[in-house]
Amino acid sequence: MAVVAGSSVTIDDPGALVRALRDDGWRVIGPRLGDGAIVYDEISGPGDLPRGITDEQEGGHYRLREGRVGRWFDYVVGPQSWKKWLFPARQKLWSARKSEDGFNVEPATETWPKTAFFGVRACEIAAMEVQDRVFDNGDFSDPGYGHRRAQTLIVAVQCARSAATCFCASMNTGPRAGSGFDIALTELEETTEGAFLVECGSARGAAILERMETQEPQKRHLEAAKAATRNAAESQTRAIAANVPDLLRGALDHPNWEVVADRCLSCANCTLACPTCFCSDVTDINDLTGDHTERWRNWDSCFSVDFSYVHGGPVRRSTTSRYRQWLTHKLSTWHDQFGTSGCVGCGRCIAWCPVGIDITAEAALFAEPSEESGD
Amino acid sequence: MRTHGIEELLSDHPVFRDFDEETRALLVGCGRNEHFRPGDQIFAEDDPADKVFLIRHGDVAVEIATPERAPIIVETLHTGDLLGWSWMVPPYRHMSDARALTEISAISLDAECIRRKCDDTPALGYQMFSHLLPHMALRLRTLRLQLLDLYGPGRGQS
Amino acid sequence: MVRKVQPGPMMPRRYRVRRVWQELDGVTSMELAPLDGPPVGFQPGQFNMLYAFGIGEAAISISGDPARPDQLIHTVRSVGKVSAALTGLKDGDMVGVRGPFGTGWPVAAQTGRHIVIVTGGLGLAPLRPAIYHVLENRQDYAGLTLVYGARSPDELLYADEIKEWKSRFDTDVEVTVDHATAEWTGRVGVVTTCLDRALAGLEPSNVSALVCGPEIMMRFAVKSLGDGGVSPDNVWISMERNMKCAIGFCGHCQFGPDFVCRDGPVFRYDRVAALMAGKEI
Repeated sequence: MAVVAGSSVTIDDPGALVRALRDDGWRVIGPRLGDGAIVYDEISGPGDLPRGITDEQEGGHYRLREGRVGRWFDYVVGPQSWKKWLFPARQKLWSARKSEDGFNVEPATETWPKTAFFGVRACEIAAMEVQDRVFDNGDFSDPGYGHRRAQTLIVAVQCARSAATCFCASMNTGPRAGSGFDIALTELEETTEGAFLVECGSARGAAILERMETQEPQKRHLEAAKAATRNAAESQTRAIAANVPDLLRGALDHPNWEVVADRCLSCANCTLACPTCFCSDVTDINDLTGDHTERWRNWDSCFSVDFSYVHGGPVRRSTTSRYRQWLTHKLSTWHDQFGTSGCVGCGRCIAWCPVGIDITAEAALFAEPSEESGD
Repeated sequence: MRTHGIEELLSDHPVFRDFDEETRALLVGCGRNEHFRPGDQIFAEDDPADKVFLIRHGDVAVEIATPERAPIIVETLHTGDLLGWSWMVPPYRHMSDARALTEISAISLDAECIRRKCDDTPALGYQMFSHLLPHMALRLRTLRLQLLDLYGPGRGQS
Repeated sequence: MVRKVQPGPMMPRRYRVRRVWQELDGVTSMELAPLDGPPVGFQPGQFNMLYAFGIGEAAISISGDPARPDQLIHTVRSVGKVSAALTGLKDGDMVGVRGPFGTGWPVAAQTGRHIVIVTGGLGLAPLRPAIYHVLENRQDYAGLTLVYGARSPDELLYADEIKEWKSRFDTDVEVTVDHATAEWTGRVGVVTTCLDRALAGLEPSNVSALVCGPEIMMRFAVKSLGDGGVSPDNVWISMERNMKCAIGFCGHCQFGPDFVCRDGPVFRYDRVAALMAGKEI
């Protein structure tokens, strides 16, 4: 059946898509069980997908549960995001070797086979698009990131369910992805004939779908798909107001920073889990002879005390100032830097904060007049 | 003639030009012209602080002697500055040395004379201190910046 | 499938140390030349990331003459691992260079105005290129005043040049030190005192001020400039923050919404005034 970008089909078994990708030589990275969570790793077949699993998420709380039998995608996002693959936690930048007259520098090599990300949520597509602007800022671009991003096929899953921590609807990043995917799946309530609506987002996606057995979608499939994501959106209880970026701009001295910092452990979990956080450090690693050195880039966090070290001490000495830096960057100054919010409403920072600090609740507190103001 | 000269010189000086004429006239009697050559010691540590100097022209080094080496200059004062404030505070003794770096022309005001007139005319006392205090405050702020050793080698990561 | 990652903006270019000389105790200057390719031009106020083999990189401002890019000069103070390695370099050694990065002093655009340069300690190094530019085009400017503070007389950076500049009739140079021994015949005090004095003789609306030094010094200097009637949109400062990448990717140098490596290090003061007033920004 001819498929083109912008058209839709239905299928019954997403496993067939996984197999089609594998048969076409794609490495497939997808959700699988790991350490009691949903993690993104290589999958060899549909059997690796966590079918029948759902999750329970709240502030500082994440548990996997048995869900509806047979459902493929009733869980939402776990502690990892796709930045694990596109912006690896440790990456060699280059190596250098001493030579007779000094040293020679060699760029690093990388293996990036043709790769498909399977099971990407709308908020995650938004997160990738946020990071795209970071790693190509108009003056400089990260060639490795650019290559990986361009080479990766995105198979999205439109969310039919939200966790309690999700707030993508208020951030306009989901639960439905309108673009940014090659193929998008929506799991429907159908038990016969067309359990999945499949949207084709690109020629690359079309080429895969044409190798599969697919059906023409009926009106009911299209409506059911819309209803699924609409229900997911309407069930969300958390939100960040649209005026938060402006509120934070004038709130550097707000007394609330101390209040939240009192709970914050400065543990950096939020920055590790966050799909848009991009801070990194560089380290130089030598071999024992000292003749060969490598420069590596590693994830870093603005919560680490040394992050702002200059001239004998850190500029942001207190947890208060570091929490303020993270929140104002994520929700406010990111707009000045990149033209979008840094937050995609995935809720990971809420679930994975050991003390359950809720970014939506903290942002809301800045909307309240502080004690000093006359109103 | 000399009295008239002092009044004129006082009215020219950045510290005293803001005083009203009447008050300035009261001080004239305490004043006299002073002149120092380069290298002259204007006063020494522990000397009775019996004068305050208004520098009309020249550079003065305020320094503190140390045992094993040359004295350390902690401050230089220049045209328009006030030299000496120990006269305001008992035991009225200088806390440092002052040496002329260049030719100095100055007006000195006798400290006991000023203190006596301030006791007699409290309004004068109030004006003296309210005009002198901002200058002291500036000196204190300057001193604090010097204390911070801003340009000293820091310890850094890179 | 295995491919070489394209050399990106994180790869250093190789430079040869043409010569090294000591400026002060613990402070060294070096002239560098590229191994391959022509010398790269720079704006006064910009910096390079200098790489010492196996140790790491440090952000060092360029302190040579922007009209002579073939003489790439850096002045480095040894304060940590990397700077210690850089100050230990010898003639003929190799270093890595990335850059130039950042925004520069807007001297070319400030023609017709009286340029007041306020600096202390090693802050003179990133300003020297601006001074060179103004001196070489002195007829285009209404005036040039340099106010420079150092710890003590034997810690005056570029002392010989300062003397030379002081001897010029078209340039006003005021030097002050925090303390001195009795042989010193110059000023002992702080730059703000000298600055107040210098401003008293100038028309503030025609002053463009370039300020570089420890943040405390800059804060007080800007205050003196304001008290003297110079408006904050005619004052530029140079900020310093932790830098790892210098290309806006690593996030370390953020100062409010700005990346010091890309939106700075030179900032017009009105842009950063609110942040300067804050603590731990």
